[in-house]
Parts: sequence; structure tokens; C-alpha cells
Amino acid sequence: MSFFWTRGAASRWPSCRFDPVAAVVVRDLSVARGGVVLLHGLAFTVEPGAALVLRGPNGIGKTSLLRTLAGLQPPVAGRVTGAGEDAAYAGHADGVKAQLTVAENLAFWAGVHGRALDDAVFRRFDLAALRERLAGTLSAGQRRRLGLARLAVTGRPVLLLDEPTVSLDAASVAGFARWLQDAHLAQGGSAVIATHIDLGLHAPVLDLAPFRAPADAPGSAHEAFL
Amino acid sequence: MRALVLRDLRLALRAGGGFGLGLAFLLIIVTLVPFGIGPDRALLGAVAPGILWVGALLAVLLSLDRIFALDHEDGSLPLLVTSPLPGEGIALAKAAAHWLTTGLPITLAAPVLGLLLDLAAPARLWLLLALALGTPALSMIGTFGAAVTLGVRRGGLLLSLLVLPLYMPVLIYGAELARRGAAGEAVTTPLLMLAGITLATLALLPFATALVLRVNLR
Repeated sequence: MSFFWTRGAASRWPSCRFDPVAAVVVRDLSVARGGVVLLHGLAFTVEPGAALVLRGPNGIGKTSLLRTLAGLQPPVAGRVTGAGEDAAYAGHADGVKAQLTVAENLAFWAGVHGRALDDAVFRRFDLAALRERLAGTLSAGQRRRLGLARLAVTGRPVLLLDEPTVSLDAASVAGFARWLQDAHLAQGGSAVIATHIDLGLHAPVLDLAPFRAPADAPGSAHEAFL
Repeated sequence: MRALVLRDLRLALRAGGGFGLGLAFLLIIVTLVPFGIGPDRALLGAVAPGILWVGALLAVLLSLDRIFALDHEDGSLPLLVTSPLPGEGIALAKAAAHWLTTGLPITLAAPVLGLLLDLAAPARLWLLLALALGTPALSMIGTFGAAVTLGVRRGGLLLSLLVLPLYMPVLIYGAELARRGAAGEAVTTPLLMLAGITLATLALLPFATALVLRVNLR
């Protein structure tokens, strides 16, 4: 079952070529969740065409770091450049509407990002047979594939992936890694990936454990209204 | 923005989307009122604009917590906020979709429901006008309230407490416009005030809603 890009096929999908973008640069970043500083002194650079794999035990702040890069929460200290407007975030939830079909879901995200929906994306994420199925009737793995297909639809060059392979089977994981390598990174895109499994990417691994903030680090006061 | 409005309309029309709930609620209120205050036709006709306005308010209130809560649950709200759509655009699109699925049907149905309360023909037209002018403000204020209570467990009651006082000016001028119009009195003041309130909410609240959304998604 080979449903993702094969080598060379990506060039037939010109909409996935990215304009040259700046590298994602993180300097002296501190990240908090719920007023508790989790990571501090974080610094790395992800060049276009490169990926960075985040490792670390549960609760160290991988999700909070990705949300900070995506602009969903402000950093406690430090600077992030090159992500934000260029980044597509994929978290634990897929953002899939159960009452809409697979095609309607993807068409919506294409519309929000001002792009046309390319039929190729259904083939590449093995969704062709599921096009007219209501997303609510998909299995967890199929739903995750739909969530990942959204990333291709947005056409954004920087992917921020939080455990992207959860509930995918081995073939789908391999297919997704191939898509990431051949159709995204090879086209000048970049990615920051928090994952516990080896995707087989030629990407450096950043262990977050040395950046764990001390328990008495100054907290942040960014709380919700209610 | 168009994509978001169209998606919300489609979701509202699908199973479990809640379209028509507000309308059915208003119908029940209008049916109950004559049982409560008796079959005095003159009295019913006199209170009909007020009853229909309060009913419309409560019917709109019913569907407010769906505006952002469903998108928050399935994770699409953070994806929307990080999309090229500006936060203000999201707020306006959400309010527009809410008005099209609740405010507009209520506006169109109210004159017909007025028949049940023996509302006179000219009064029905004035009520239609007043609701058409006022319900967009109800949706916009409600969208703001939904953003403020985002992520609060069982935020529905809190949302009502927050939003109903803000609805008061719309109710006052809306009901007054319908009453004066029906009685043949001067309508300029309530008409201008109601239009002004609606325009002011549409101009200001999208910005407040966008800000609150960002803070609540942190």
C-alpha cells in the first residue's frame, strides 16, 4: 500500500513549492504552561529544508514549546523568528469536523488558507476512497491521516508537529515520513517534530532535558479571563 | 471568511447542528403566553411585541455556547487562530453565521408568530423591522460572550449571566420601536438608537472578541 509521494512525484504538485523562507530561529527562549516555567535558555535554528526532532520525557514542555512557536502562547522570555505566519501547527486534536465529509473538511481548510484543493492530496494521504465519508465515521488512524493532510492543504512551509504519528499504523507512519522528506523538506519546507518514535528522517534530535527550568523560575501571569 | 461562514452554515444544517432549535423555542414561548395571561385579545396584542422580543432574546441565548465551544472541543479553534484569517475576521464570520442560523429565522418568523398573540398587521411589520435591526447586535454580543467563557466547564449559565445584561439596551429600544411603530407614534429616536447600538457592536466587538480568544487559547 503505497499512498504517499514516491520520489520525483512531488515535482508534479507545484503548489507545494515554497518561496524561500527565513530559518526558524529560537534564542534564549523560556516556555511556561499554566504559570509554571517548564523550559528555559532554549536556543536552536531550523534552516529551510531541515527538520528538528524534539525528545524529552512527558511533561517537559514539548507541546508548550510547539504552541509557543506557533504563536498560540507568548514566550516568557526570549525570541522566536521565522515561524508564526509561516507555520502550520498540528496538535493532539485534529481539528476535524465529524459532521462534514473528508472532502468538505479539507476544502474548508484550503478555503481558509486561500488555496485551491488539489485532488492529489487525497491520493497521497490514502483518503481517495474516503472522500465522501463523514469524518465522524472514520477510524482514529484515518482521522489522523485527514488531520495530517490538512498540513499539505495549508501550503505553509514550517510544520510544527506534536506527536503526528499517534494512532497511525506502521505503513502510514512510513508513508507520512516519506511525504515529509520528499514533498515537504525537499521542497524547501522545514519542520519541528515532537515524537517518541523514529520517523527515519535525516534530522538532528534535540533533547529537551538539559533545558528543564528550575522549580523556582519566575512564573508568568498570562492566565485566561475566567 | 466566506469559507468559515459557509462551513458554520453547513454544520448548523447537518444532524445535531441545532438549526431551528431557537425557532421552536420561540414558538413554544408564544404558545405558552396566552395560557399564562388568559385569552384577553386586547391585552395579548398589547404585550405581544415585548413577549416576542424577550422570546427572541432567550432563543438566541440558547445557541450561543455553540459558537466557539464546538471548535474548541475538536481542536479547530487554535488552527483557525493561526490561519491567515485575522481574529477579528473569525469573530465577524462566527457572528454572521450565528445570525443567519438564529437571528434571521427568528426575525422572519416573529410576525407570523405574532398572529398567535393577535398582533395587528402594522405592528407585525414594525416588529419585523425592529428584529431585523436588533438581532445582529444580539449575535455579535453573544459571540463576544462565548469567547469570554471559552473553556469554562459548564459555561452556559455563566454565559447567560454575562450576556443578558448586555442585551438590555437592544431589548429596550427594539421593543420600544415596535410599540411606537404600532401605536403610530414618532419612531425616530428608538430607530436611530437601535441602529446605532447594532453598528457600534459590529464595529467594536470583533476586536474585543479577537483579543479575548487569543488570551483564552493560551
